[in-house]
Amino acid sequence: MAKTRCTDQVILNLWHPLAALSEVKPNVVVDTILLEERLSYAVDGKGNAAVWRDRADLIEGSTVDVATVADQLPVKHAYGYIWTSLGDPQADLFPIPEFDEADRRRLNAATIGVNVSAPRAIENFLDMGHFPYVHTDILGAEPHTEVKEYDVEISVDRDEILATRCRFFQPMAAATASGGADVDYVYRVPHPFCSVLYKSSPLDESRRDVIAVFLQPIDQEHVRAHMMLCLLDEDNEDKVIKRFQQTIFGQDKPILENQFPKRLPLDPRAETPIRADKSAIAYRRWLSQKGVTYGVIPAAT
Amino acid sequence: MITLYDYELSGNCYKLRLLMSMLGVDYKTVPIDFYPGREHKSEWFLKINPLGQLPVIDDDGLVLRDAQAILVYLASKYDPSGTWYPRDEAALLGEISQWLAFADGITGTASAARLHDALFYDFDVEAARVGAHRLFRILDEHLWFGEQEGRIWLCSAAHPTIADIACFPYIMLSEEGGIPRQDYPAIRRWCDRVKRLKGFMVMSGVFPAGPAKAA
Repeated sequence: MAKTRCTDQVILNLWHPLAALSEVKPNVVVDTILLEERLSYAVDGKGNAAVWRDRADLIEGSTVDVATVADQLPVKHAYGYIWTSLGDPQADLFPIPEFDEADRRRLNAATIGVNVSAPRAIENFLDMGHFPYVHTDILGAEPHTEVKEYDVEISVDRDEILATRCRFFQPMAAATASGGADVDYVYRVPHPFCSVLYKSSPLDESRRDVIAVFLQPIDQEHVRAHMMLCLLDEDNEDKVIKRFQQTIFGQDKPILENQFPKRLPLDPRAETPIRADKSAIAYRRWLSQKGVTYGVIPAAT
Repeated sequence: MITLYDYELSGNCYKLRLLMSMLGVDYKTVPIDFYPGREHKSEWFLKINPLGQLPVIDDDGLVLRDAQAILVYLASKYDPSGTWYPRDEAALLGEISQWLAFADGITGTASAARLHDALFYDFDVEAARVGAHRLFRILDEHLWFGEQEGRIWLCSAAHPTIADIACFPYIMLSEEGGIPRQDYPAIRRWCDRVKRLKGFMVMSGVFPAGPAKAA
Protein backbone atom coordinates (compact mmCIF):
# COMPACT_ATOMS: atom_id res chain seq x y z
CA MET A 1 0.00 0.00 0.00
CA ALA A 2 1.18 3.50 -0.82
CA LYS A 3 2.60 5.52 2.03
CA THR A 4 0.18 8.14 3.33
CA ARG A 5 0.76 11.44 5.12
CA CYS A 6 -1.96 10.50 7.61
CA THR A 7 -0.63 7.74 9.85
CA ASP A 8 -3.83 7.20 11.85
CA GLN A 9 -4.80 3.69 10.79
CA VAL A 10 -8.31 3.99 12.27
CA ILE A 11 -9.03 6.99 10.06
CA LEU A 12 -7.26 5.57 7.01
CA ASN A 13 -9.48 2.48 7.14
CA LEU A 14 -12.73 4.46 7.17
CA TRP A 15 -14.93 5.38 4.24
CA HIS A 16 -14.80 9.13 3.56
CA PRO A 17 -17.14 11.22 1.42
CA LEU A 18 -15.79 13.10 -1.60
CA ALA A 19 -18.71 14.67 -3.46
CA ALA A 20 -22.45 14.66 -4.03
CA LEU A 21 -23.23 12.38 -6.97
CA SER A 22 -25.87 14.80 -8.25
CA GLU A 23 -23.26 17.50 -8.74
CA VAL A 24 -20.68 15.53 -10.73
CA LYS A 25 -20.74 15.70 -14.52
CA PRO A 26 -20.46 12.25 -16.08
CA ASN A 27 -17.13 11.14 -17.53
CA VAL A 28 -15.17 14.20 -16.43
CA VAL A 29 -12.21 14.03 -14.04
CA VAL A 30 -12.53 16.04 -10.82
CA ASP A 31 -9.71 16.58 -8.33
CA THR A 32 -10.09 16.69 -4.58
CA ILE A 33 -8.06 16.18 -1.42
CA LEU A 34 -8.58 13.60 1.29
CA LEU A 35 -6.30 13.29 4.32
CA GLU A 36 -3.69 15.42 2.54
CA GLU A 37 -3.63 13.07 -0.48
CA ARG A 38 -4.53 14.40 -3.90
CA LEU A 39 -7.24 12.23 -5.41
CA SER A 40 -9.30 12.29 -8.58
CA TYR A 41 -12.74 10.86 -9.21
CA ALA A 42 -15.28 10.49 -11.98
CA VAL A 43 -18.74 9.00 -12.50
CA ASP A 44 -20.28 7.61 -15.66
CA GLY A 45 -23.92 8.60 -15.11
CA LYS A 46 -24.92 4.93 -14.98
CA GLY A 47 -24.16 4.42 -11.32
CA ASN A 48 -20.47 3.67 -11.58
CA ALA A 49 -17.73 5.76 -10.05
CA ALA A 50 -13.97 5.55 -9.86
CA VAL A 51 -11.54 7.14 -7.44
CA TRP A 52 -7.80 7.11 -7.87
CA ARG A 53 -4.67 8.89 -6.73
CA ASP A 54 -4.09 12.03 -8.78
CA ARG A 55 -1.86 11.38 -11.78
CA ALA A 56 -0.56 13.26 -14.75
CA ASP A 57 -2.32 11.29 -17.49
CA LEU A 58 -5.79 12.02 -16.07
CA ILE A 59 -5.88 15.71 -15.28
CA GLU A 60 -8.89 17.59 -13.96
CA GLY A 61 -11.44 18.40 -16.63
CA SER A 62 -10.35 15.67 -19.02
CA THR A 63 -12.75 13.03 -20.30
CA VAL A 64 -12.48 9.55 -18.89
CA ASP A 65 -14.20 6.18 -19.09
CA VAL A 66 -14.40 5.15 -15.43
CA ALA A 67 -14.27 1.44 -16.29
CA THR A 68 -10.80 1.81 -17.79
CA VAL A 69 -9.07 3.65 -14.94
CA ALA A 70 -6.19 1.60 -13.53
CA ASP A 71 -5.23 1.42 -9.85
CA GLN A 72 -8.56 2.45 -8.42
CA LEU A 73 -9.20 3.07 -4.74
CA PRO A 74 -12.19 1.46 -3.00
CA VAL A 75 -15.41 3.22 -3.96
CA LYS A 76 -18.93 3.26 -2.63
CA HIS A 77 -22.14 5.14 -3.41
CA ALA A 78 -24.10 5.94 -0.29
CA TYR A 79 -26.65 8.56 0.72
CA GLY A 80 -26.11 10.48 -2.51
CA TYR A 81 -22.34 10.75 -2.19
CA ILE A 82 -19.21 9.09 -3.52
CA TRP A 83 -17.13 7.56 -0.74
CA THR A 84 -13.63 6.17 -0.78
CA SER A 85 -10.95 4.92 1.57
CA LEU A 86 -7.17 5.10 1.69
CA GLY A 87 -6.94 1.95 3.79
CA ASP A 88 -8.78 -1.30 4.19
CA PRO A 89 -12.43 -0.33 4.80
CA GLN A 90 -15.24 -2.46 6.17
CA ALA A 91 -17.70 -3.67 3.56
CA ASP A 92 -20.57 -1.56 4.84
CA LEU A 93 -20.98 2.05 5.78
CA PHE A 94 -23.15 2.89 8.81
CA PRO A 95 -26.88 2.47 8.08
CA ILE A 96 -29.42 5.29 7.66
CA PRO A 97 -32.60 3.28 7.02
CA GLU A 98 -34.75 6.40 6.55
CA PHE A 99 -32.82 7.22 3.40
CA ASP A 100 -34.75 4.53 1.53
CA GLU A 101 -38.24 5.73 2.52
CA ALA A 102 -39.97 6.58 -0.73
CA ASP A 103 -41.70 9.79 0.32
CA ARG A 104 -38.58 11.60 1.45
CA ARG A 105 -36.69 14.43 -0.25
CA ARG A 106 -33.00 13.59 -0.51
CA LEU A 107 -30.52 16.29 -1.37
CA ASN A 108 -27.10 17.76 -0.75
CA ALA A 109 -27.72 21.16 0.88
CA ALA A 110 -24.16 22.12 0.00
CA THR A 111 -20.55 21.08 0.23
CA ILE A 112 -18.68 23.86 2.00
CA GLY A 113 -15.00 24.25 2.84
CA VAL A 114 -14.41 25.06 6.49
CA ASN A 115 -11.21 25.96 8.25
CA VAL A 116 -11.81 23.59 11.17
CA SER A 117 -10.74 20.14 12.29
CA ALA A 118 -13.34 17.44 11.64
CA PRO A 119 -13.82 16.55 15.34
CA ARG A 120 -14.44 20.20 16.32
CA ALA A 121 -17.10 20.38 13.61
CA ILE A 122 -18.80 17.20 14.84
CA GLU A 123 -18.83 18.53 18.37
CA ASN A 124 -20.49 21.75 17.28
CA PHE A 125 -23.09 19.72 15.39
CA LEU A 126 -23.90 17.87 18.65
CA ASP A 127 -24.21 21.02 20.74
CA MET A 128 -27.64 22.47 21.48
CA GLY A 129 -26.40 25.14 23.87
CA HIS A 130 -25.44 27.53 21.07
CA PHE A 131 -28.82 27.51 19.29
CA PRO A 132 -30.31 30.69 20.84
CA TYR A 133 -27.08 32.65 20.43
CA VAL A 134 -25.82 31.57 17.02
CA HIS A 135 -29.07 30.59 15.30
CA THR A 136 -31.15 33.32 16.90
CA ASP A 137 -34.87 33.18 16.03
CA ILE A 138 -34.38 30.06 13.92
CA LEU A 139 -33.12 27.15 16.02
CA GLY A 140 -33.39 28.97 19.33
CA ALA A 141 -34.27 32.24 21.02
CA GLU A 142 -33.74 33.83 24.39
CA PRO A 143 -34.97 33.25 27.07
CA HIS A 144 -35.34 29.58 26.02
CA THR A 145 -31.67 28.81 26.56
CA GLU A 146 -31.75 25.80 28.84
CA VAL A 147 -30.41 22.50 27.52
CA LYS A 148 -32.69 20.07 29.30
CA GLU A 149 -31.37 16.77 30.63
CA TYR A 150 -30.87 14.20 27.86
CA ASP A 151 -29.42 10.69 27.56
CA VAL A 152 -26.18 9.62 25.90
CA GLU A 153 -24.87 6.14 25.34
CA ILE A 154 -21.95 4.67 23.48
CA SER A 155 -23.47 1.66 21.75
CA VAL A 156 -20.90 -1.12 21.72
CA ASP A 157 -22.91 -3.27 19.29
CA ARG A 158 -23.27 -0.59 16.67
CA ASP A 159 -20.05 1.23 17.55
CA GLU A 160 -21.73 4.60 17.66
CA ILE A 161 -22.77 7.35 20.03
CA LEU A 162 -26.47 7.91 20.55
CA ALA A 163 -27.95 10.97 22.26
CA THR A 164 -31.68 10.72 22.88
CA ARG A 165 -34.46 12.63 24.64
CA CYS A 166 -32.99 15.91 23.46
CA ARG A 167 -35.58 18.69 23.39
CA PHE A 168 -35.25 22.31 22.46
CA PHE A 169 -37.61 25.18 21.81
CA GLN A 170 -37.13 26.31 18.21
CA PRO A 171 -38.80 29.36 16.65
CA MET A 172 -38.28 28.08 13.08
CA ALA A 173 -37.15 24.45 13.18
CA ALA A 174 -37.26 23.80 9.41
CA ALA A 175 -38.27 25.38 6.12
CA THR A 176 -41.66 23.72 6.65
CA ALA A 177 -42.17 25.17 10.16
CA SER A 178 -44.99 27.64 10.68
CA GLY A 179 -44.07 28.81 14.17
CA GLY A 180 -42.17 27.99 17.34
CA ALA A 181 -42.29 24.48 18.76
CA ASP A 182 -40.54 22.18 21.19
CA VAL A 183 -38.49 19.96 18.92
CA ASP A 184 -37.24 16.48 19.73
CA TYR A 185 -33.75 15.58 18.62
CA VAL A 186 -31.81 12.34 18.37
CA TYR A 187 -28.14 12.49 17.48
CA ARG A 188 -26.03 9.64 16.20
CA VAL A 189 -22.30 9.66 15.69
CA PRO A 190 -21.72 6.44 13.76
CA HIS A 191 -18.35 7.50 12.29
CA PRO A 192 -15.64 9.70 13.83
CA PHE A 193 -16.24 12.38 11.18
CA CYS A 194 -19.95 11.90 10.41
CA SER A 195 -23.05 12.63 12.43
CA VAL A 196 -26.73 12.05 11.77
CA LEU A 197 -29.43 14.16 13.39
CA TYR A 198 -33.10 13.24 13.64
CA LYS A 199 -35.54 16.01 14.50
CA SER A 200 -39.32 16.16 14.74
CA SER A 201 -40.93 16.77 11.39
CA PRO A 202 -43.22 19.82 11.41
CA LEU A 203 -45.46 17.88 9.00
CA ASP A 204 -45.82 14.50 10.72
CA GLU A 205 -45.31 14.20 14.45
CA SER A 206 -44.71 10.46 14.25
CA ARG A 207 -41.68 10.86 11.97
CA ARG A 208 -38.41 12.69 11.93
CA ASP A 209 -36.42 14.70 9.42
CA VAL A 210 -32.87 13.43 8.93
CA ILE A 211 -29.97 15.84 8.57
CA ALA A 212 -26.46 14.47 8.33
CA VAL A 213 -23.08 16.09 8.17
CA PHE A 214 -20.43 14.03 6.40
CA LEU A 215 -16.99 15.55 6.78
CA GLN A 216 -14.23 15.03 4.28
CA PRO A 217 -10.98 15.77 6.11
CA ILE A 218 -8.68 17.72 3.79
CA ASP A 219 -6.02 17.81 6.48
CA GLN A 220 -6.08 17.93 10.28
CA GLU A 221 -7.48 21.45 10.35
CA HIS A 222 -9.60 21.76 7.19
CA VAL A 223 -12.68 19.92 6.00
CA ARG A 224 -15.15 19.83 3.19
CA ALA A 225 -18.52 19.56 4.95
CA HIS A 226 -21.16 17.69 2.96
CA MET A 227 -24.67 18.33 4.28
CA MET A 228 -27.16 15.61 3.48
CA LEU A 229 -30.87 16.27 3.92
CA CYS A 230 -33.50 13.56 3.94
CA LEU A 231 -36.73 15.34 4.76
CA LEU A 232 -40.47 15.20 4.70
CA ASP A 233 -41.41 18.25 2.65
CA GLU A 234 -43.92 18.20 -0.18
CA ASP A 235 -44.07 21.91 -0.87
CA ASN A 236 -40.76 23.71 -0.85
CA GLU A 237 -38.50 23.83 -3.89
CA ASP A 238 -35.08 22.23 -3.42
CA LYS A 239 -33.44 25.63 -3.38
CA VAL A 240 -35.64 26.83 -0.52
CA ILE A 241 -34.70 23.79 1.54
CA LYS A 242 -31.02 24.27 0.71
CA ARG A 243 -31.22 27.96 1.58
CA PHE A 244 -32.56 27.15 5.04
CA GLN A 245 -29.73 24.72 5.74
CA GLN A 246 -27.03 26.95 4.26
CA THR A 247 -28.25 29.84 6.40
CA ILE A 248 -27.81 27.69 9.50
CA PHE A 249 -24.43 26.41 8.41
CA GLY A 250 -23.25 29.90 7.47
CA GLN A 251 -24.00 30.99 11.04
CA ASP A 252 -21.96 28.12 12.48
CA LYS A 253 -19.00 28.67 10.16
CA PRO A 254 -17.26 31.59 11.93
CA ILE A 255 -17.76 29.84 15.27
CA LEU A 256 -16.11 26.69 13.91
CA GLU A 257 -13.26 28.63 12.33
CA ASN A 258 -12.47 30.43 15.56
CA GLN A 259 -12.12 27.34 17.76
CA PHE A 260 -8.81 27.21 19.57
CA PRO A 261 -6.88 24.99 19.62
CA LYS A 262 -8.08 23.88 16.20
CA ARG A 263 -7.61 20.20 16.99
CA LEU A 264 -9.96 18.66 19.51
CA PRO A 265 -8.26 17.99 22.87
CA LEU A 266 -9.14 14.51 24.13
CA ASP A 267 -7.65 14.91 27.59
CA PRO A 268 -10.71 15.29 29.86
CA ARG A 269 -8.92 18.03 31.79
CA ALA A 270 -8.09 20.13 28.73
CA GLU A 271 -11.44 21.93 28.46
CA THR A 272 -14.11 22.24 31.11
CA PRO A 273 -17.43 20.78 30.04
CA ILE A 274 -20.85 21.59 31.49
CA ARG A 275 -23.77 19.19 31.87
CA ALA A 276 -25.12 20.17 28.45
CA ASP A 277 -21.89 18.83 26.90
CA LYS A 278 -22.63 15.21 27.81
CA SER A 279 -22.65 14.12 24.18
CA ALA A 280 -19.35 15.91 23.54
CA ILE A 281 -17.78 14.18 26.53
CA ALA A 282 -18.94 10.81 25.17
CA TYR A 283 -17.64 11.70 21.71
CA ARG A 284 -14.18 12.60 23.03
CA ARG A 285 -14.06 9.43 25.11
CA TRP A 286 -15.14 7.34 22.12
CA LEU A 287 -12.42 8.88 19.91
CA SER A 288 -9.86 8.14 22.65
CA GLN A 289 -11.05 4.55 22.97
CA LYS A 290 -10.74 4.06 19.25
CA GLY A 291 -7.25 5.50 19.32
CA VAL A 292 -8.03 8.31 16.85
CA THR A 293 -5.13 10.74 16.53
CA TYR A 294 -6.02 12.68 13.37
CA GLY A 295 -7.54 16.14 13.96
CA VAL A 296 -7.27 15.74 17.72
CA ILE A 297 -4.78 16.37 20.51
CA PRO A 298 -4.57 12.91 22.08
CA ALA A 299 -4.68 12.63 25.86
CA ALA A 300 -1.28 12.18 27.45
CA THR A 301 -0.65 8.55 28.30
CA MET B 1 -42.93 46.16 -4.83
CA ILE B 2 -39.22 45.42 -5.10
CA THR B 3 -38.15 41.87 -5.91
CA LEU B 4 -34.62 40.94 -4.90
CA TYR B 5 -32.96 37.99 -6.62
CA ASP B 6 -31.05 36.84 -3.62
CA TYR B 7 -28.54 34.35 -2.23
CA GLU B 8 -28.27 34.18 1.54
CA LEU B 9 -24.50 33.80 1.74
CA SER B 10 -23.74 36.60 -0.75
CA GLY B 11 -22.32 39.76 0.80
CA ASN B 12 -23.39 41.76 -2.26
CA CYS B 13 -27.01 40.61 -1.80
CA TYR B 14 -26.73 41.30 1.91
CA LYS B 15 -25.78 44.93 1.39
CA LEU B 16 -29.10 45.50 -0.39
CA ARG B 17 -31.06 43.71 2.34
CA LEU B 18 -29.19 45.85 4.85
CA LEU B 19 -29.97 49.17 3.20
CA MET B 20 -33.60 48.21 2.61
CA SER B 21 -33.89 47.23 6.26
CA MET B 22 -32.42 50.55 7.35
CA LEU B 23 -34.72 52.46 4.99
CA GLY B 24 -37.73 50.41 6.05
CA VAL B 25 -38.46 49.39 2.46
CA ASP B 26 -40.60 46.30 1.88
CA TYR B 27 -39.37 43.78 -0.64
CA LYS B 28 -39.75 40.17 -1.54
CA THR B 29 -36.97 37.78 -2.41
CA VAL B 30 -36.56 35.18 -5.10
CA PRO B 31 -33.96 32.74 -3.76
CA ILE B 32 -31.32 31.82 -6.32
CA ASP B 33 -29.42 28.56 -5.89
CA PHE B 34 -26.04 30.24 -6.43
CA TYR B 35 -24.26 27.28 -4.85
CA PRO B 36 -24.18 24.44 -5.56
CA GLY B 37 -26.84 24.90 -8.26
CA ARG B 38 -25.19 27.77 -10.20
CA GLU B 39 -28.66 29.05 -10.97
CA HIS B 40 -27.22 32.53 -11.66
CA LYS B 41 -25.67 31.01 -14.79
CA SER B 42 -28.90 29.33 -15.87
CA GLU B 43 -30.58 30.27 -19.12
CA TRP B 44 -33.56 31.93 -17.45
CA PHE B 45 -31.39 34.01 -15.14
CA LEU B 46 -29.04 35.13 -17.91
CA LYS B 47 -32.07 36.71 -19.57
CA ILE B 48 -32.46 38.86 -16.46
CA ASN B 49 -28.75 39.55 -16.05
CA PRO B 50 -26.54 38.57 -18.98
CA LEU B 51 -23.50 38.94 -16.69
CA GLY B 52 -24.76 35.98 -14.65
CA GLN B 53 -24.22 37.78 -11.35
CA LEU B 54 -26.18 38.51 -8.21
CA PRO B 55 -27.80 40.65 -6.96
CA VAL B 56 -30.53 41.89 -9.28
CA ILE B 57 -33.64 43.82 -8.35
CA ASP B 58 -36.87 44.32 -10.22
CA ASP B 59 -38.77 47.38 -9.03
CA ASP B 60 -42.09 47.45 -10.86
CA GLY B 61 -40.44 46.50 -14.12
CA LEU B 62 -37.17 48.40 -13.67
CA VAL B 63 -34.51 45.69 -13.67
CA LEU B 64 -31.14 46.68 -12.23
CA ARG B 65 -27.97 44.68 -11.66
CA ASP B 66 -24.77 45.48 -9.75
CA ALA B 67 -24.89 45.90 -5.98
CA GLN B 68 -23.36 49.37 -5.94
CA ALA B 69 -25.66 50.66 -8.70
CA ILE B 70 -28.67 49.29 -6.85
CA LEU B 71 -27.58 51.01 -3.63
CA VAL B 72 -27.51 54.31 -5.54
CA TYR B 73 -30.98 53.66 -6.91
CA LEU B 74 -32.53 52.56 -3.62
CA ALA B 75 -31.12 55.48 -1.66
CA SER B 76 -32.10 57.97 -4.35
CA LYS B 77 -35.64 56.70 -4.55
CA TYR B 78 -36.53 55.49 -1.06
CA ASP B 79 -34.60 57.61 1.42
CA PRO B 80 -36.82 60.54 2.40
CA SER B 81 -34.03 61.95 4.59
CA GLY B 82 -31.78 62.23 1.55
CA THR B 83 -28.68 61.46 3.63
CA TRP B 84 -27.64 58.03 2.34
CA TYR B 85 -26.99 59.46 -1.14
CA PRO B 86 -27.25 63.24 -0.95
CA ARG B 87 -28.04 64.20 -4.52
CA ASP B 88 -27.20 67.88 -4.16
CA GLU B 89 -23.77 67.62 -2.58
CA ALA B 90 -21.28 67.29 -5.38
CA ALA B 91 -18.17 66.70 -3.30
CA LEU B 92 -19.88 64.10 -1.18
CA LEU B 93 -21.21 62.29 -4.25
CA GLY B 94 -17.68 62.16 -5.57
CA GLU B 95 -16.44 60.64 -2.33
CA ILE B 96 -19.27 58.14 -2.28
CA SER B 97 -18.49 57.02 -5.83
CA GLN B 98 -14.84 56.64 -4.90
CA TRP B 99 -15.72 54.28 -2.05
CA LEU B 100 -18.28 52.40 -4.13
CA ALA B 101 -15.45 51.58 -6.53
CA PHE B 102 -13.31 50.63 -3.52
CA ALA B 103 -16.08 48.23 -2.48
CA ASP B 104 -15.74 46.52 -5.85
CA GLY B 105 -12.05 46.13 -5.07
CA ILE B 106 -12.95 44.45 -1.78
CA THR B 107 -15.27 42.12 -3.67
CA GLY B 108 -12.46 41.27 -6.08
CA THR B 109 -10.07 40.37 -3.26
CA ALA B 110 -11.63 39.56 0.15
CA SER B 111 -14.76 38.02 -1.36
CA ALA B 112 -12.70 36.08 -3.90
CA ALA B 113 -10.62 34.55 -1.11
CA ARG B 114 -13.80 33.53 0.71
CA LEU B 115 -15.23 31.93 -2.45
CA HIS B 116 -11.98 30.03 -2.85
CA ASP B 117 -11.95 28.69 0.70
CA ALA B 118 -15.63 27.97 1.21
CA LEU B 119 -17.00 27.21 -2.26
CA PHE B 120 -13.85 25.92 -3.99
CA TYR B 121 -13.55 28.63 -6.64
CA ASP B 122 -10.40 28.29 -8.68
CA PHE B 123 -8.81 31.64 -7.72
CA ASP B 124 -5.27 32.63 -6.77
CA VAL B 125 -6.09 32.86 -3.07
CA GLU B 126 -2.72 34.23 -1.99
CA ALA B 127 -2.98 37.11 -4.46
CA ALA B 128 -6.53 37.76 -3.29
CA ARG B 129 -5.44 37.89 0.36
CA VAL B 130 -2.51 40.19 -0.37
CA GLY B 131 -4.84 42.45 -2.33
CA ALA B 132 -7.38 42.53 0.48
CA HIS B 133 -4.75 43.41 3.08
CA ARG B 134 -3.56 46.28 0.89
CA LEU B 135 -7.09 47.69 0.69
CA PHE B 136 -7.74 47.12 4.39
CA ARG B 137 -4.56 48.98 5.30
CA ILE B 138 -5.64 51.96 3.17
CA LEU B 139 -9.13 51.88 4.66
CA ASP B 140 -7.87 51.53 8.23
CA GLU B 141 -5.63 54.59 7.86
CA HIS B 142 -8.45 56.57 6.28
CA LEU B 143 -10.74 55.69 9.18
CA TRP B 144 -8.07 56.29 11.83
CA PHE B 145 -7.26 59.77 10.54
CA GLY B 146 -10.99 60.41 10.25
CA GLU B 147 -11.46 59.57 13.91
CA GLN B 148 -8.78 62.14 14.81
CA GLU B 149 -10.77 64.74 12.87
CA GLY B 150 -14.14 63.71 14.26
CA ARG B 151 -15.26 61.90 11.08
CA ILE B 152 -16.60 58.47 11.97
CA TRP B 153 -17.97 57.34 8.59
CA LEU B 154 -16.21 56.72 5.29
CA CYS B 155 -17.23 60.00 3.67
CA SER B 156 -17.04 63.57 4.93
CA ALA B 157 -20.48 63.74 6.46
CA ALA B 158 -21.91 63.50 9.95
CA HIS B 159 -24.00 60.51 8.90
CA PRO B 160 -23.38 57.20 7.14
CA THR B 161 -23.83 56.94 3.39
CA ILE B 162 -24.25 54.04 0.99
CA ALA B 163 -20.44 53.93 0.81
CA ASP B 164 -20.40 52.48 4.33
CA ILE B 165 -23.02 49.90 3.39
CA ALA B 166 -21.16 48.96 0.21
CA CYS B 167 -17.84 48.29 1.97
CA PHE B 168 -19.17 46.64 5.13
CA PRO B 169 -20.20 43.07 4.15
CA TYR B 170 -17.06 41.62 2.62
CA ILE B 171 -14.92 43.24 5.31
CA MET B 172 -17.05 41.53 7.95
CA LEU B 173 -16.79 38.20 6.12
CA SER B 174 -13.05 38.46 5.42
CA GLU B 175 -11.99 35.88 8.01
CA GLU B 176 -13.84 33.23 6.01
CA GLY B 177 -11.24 33.88 3.33
CA GLY B 178 -8.34 33.68 5.77
CA ILE B 179 -8.00 37.47 6.13
CA PRO B 180 -7.97 38.44 9.82
CA ARG B 181 -8.78 41.99 10.87
CA GLN B 182 -6.80 42.13 14.07
CA ASP B 183 -4.31 44.60 12.59
CA TYR B 184 -7.03 47.04 11.60
CA PRO B 185 -8.45 48.54 14.81
CA ALA B 186 -10.09 51.52 13.12
CA ILE B 187 -11.88 49.18 10.72
CA ARG B 188 -13.13 47.13 13.66
CA ARG B 189 -14.47 50.22 15.44
CA TRP B 190 -16.17 51.37 12.24
CA CYS B 191 -17.76 47.91 11.77
CA ASP B 192 -19.25 48.14 15.26
CA ARG B 193 -20.64 51.58 14.42
CA VAL B 194 -22.33 50.18 11.32
CA LYS B 195 -23.76 47.35 13.42
CA ARG B 196 -25.33 49.83 15.83
CA LEU B 197 -27.21 51.76 13.14
CA LYS B 198 -30.99 51.71 13.37
CA GLY B 199 -32.43 48.96 11.22
CA PHE B 200 -29.19 46.93 11.11
CA MET B 201 -29.70 43.26 10.31
CA VAL B 202 -27.30 40.33 10.17
CA MET B 203 -26.58 37.66 7.60
CA SER B 204 -25.03 34.23 8.14
CA GLY B 205 -21.47 34.87 9.25
CA VAL B 206 -22.14 38.37 10.62
CA PHE B 207 -23.05 38.73 14.28
CA PRO B 208 -24.63 41.74 15.97
CA ALA B 209 -22.51 44.08 18.10
CA GLY B 210 -22.95 44.27 21.83
CA PRO B 211 -24.18 47.55 23.29
CA ALA B 212 -21.77 50.46 22.98
CA LYS B 213 -19.68 51.25 26.05
CA ALA B 214 -20.81 54.41 27.78
CA ALA B 215 -18.29 57.19 27.12
